[in-house]
Amino acid sequence: MWIYEKKLQYPVRVSKCDVRMAKLLHEQYGGADGELAAALRYLNQRYSIPDKVVGLLNDIGTEEFAHLEMIATMIYKLTKDATPEQIRAAGVDDHYVNHDRALFYHNASGVPWTASYIQAKGDPIADLYEDIAAEEKARATYQWLIDQTDDPDLKDGLKFLREREVIHSLRFREAVEILKEDQAQKKIF
Amino acid sequence: MAHKQLTEEYYKLLHEIQAVDFVLVELNLYLDTHPSDSAIIEQYNAYAVKSKQLKEEYARRYGPLQHGDMADKPYSWPDAPWPWQV
Repeated sequence: MWIYEKKLQYPVRVSKCDVRMAKLLHEQYGGADGELAAALRYLNQRYSIPDKVVGLLNDIGTEEFAHLEMIATMIYKLTKDATPEQIRAAGVDDHYVNHDRALFYHNASGVPWTASYIQAKGDPIADLYEDIAAEEKARATYQWLIDQTDDPDLKDGLKFLREREVIHSLRFREAVEILKEDQAQKKIF
Repeated sequence: MAHKQLTEEYYKLLHEIQAVDFVLVELNLYLDTHPSDSAIIEQYNAYAVKSKQLKEEYARRYGPLQHGDMADKPYSWPDAPWPWQV
């Protein structure tokens, strides 16, 4: 089970209303390499992964939900005071006629989230390599998002999230080595 | 307990909890792949104590951070602000 903590993992601040950045941040909300995809990917894979690495998938999957909440907070804060004129000017009137200021699980281009973004192969090495790739793609996306804004407060939150992708990738790489060592030992006798 | 005021002290305590809990998140992931590193386990336990102390103080001053924390009267859990509002 999960217990909700009434706090963010890391403080999220923005220094101005910015509908355009909110639109772009949807890439990490409901995009292929976003936080929703990450959380659902790892928490689903954990049931069929060897015991030695279940804890890692469980814990990183859980942390991804905390990151999803941070992205949601960024989008919420960037748009809560937006006027209809600002919304039109940012080119997101197509989102707003459907959702108003509600968030939705779609990417920066409005394509809805789909389970075909993620995989569970039942093969531990295949799954972990997918997970490493997912972290690297998310890291790259965070870099492109950072490059798109001059808001120092928003950049601060995005840089934190970018660094988490680096750590998660490292831990998944260690998990691969743990499983390889395990397999090598089994072949000895 | 007074209604949650978003004072400087509130943010200071919240940020302190976030910092200490981040250490726990980070050490936990490390220990998932390095379970025999006893120096890190000791560090983890020291921060676990610190986190518990800070959260007790938070619950006393501003209401529960999570279910299982001591509740106040009237029950403030469903009250704003939620994390995205602070």
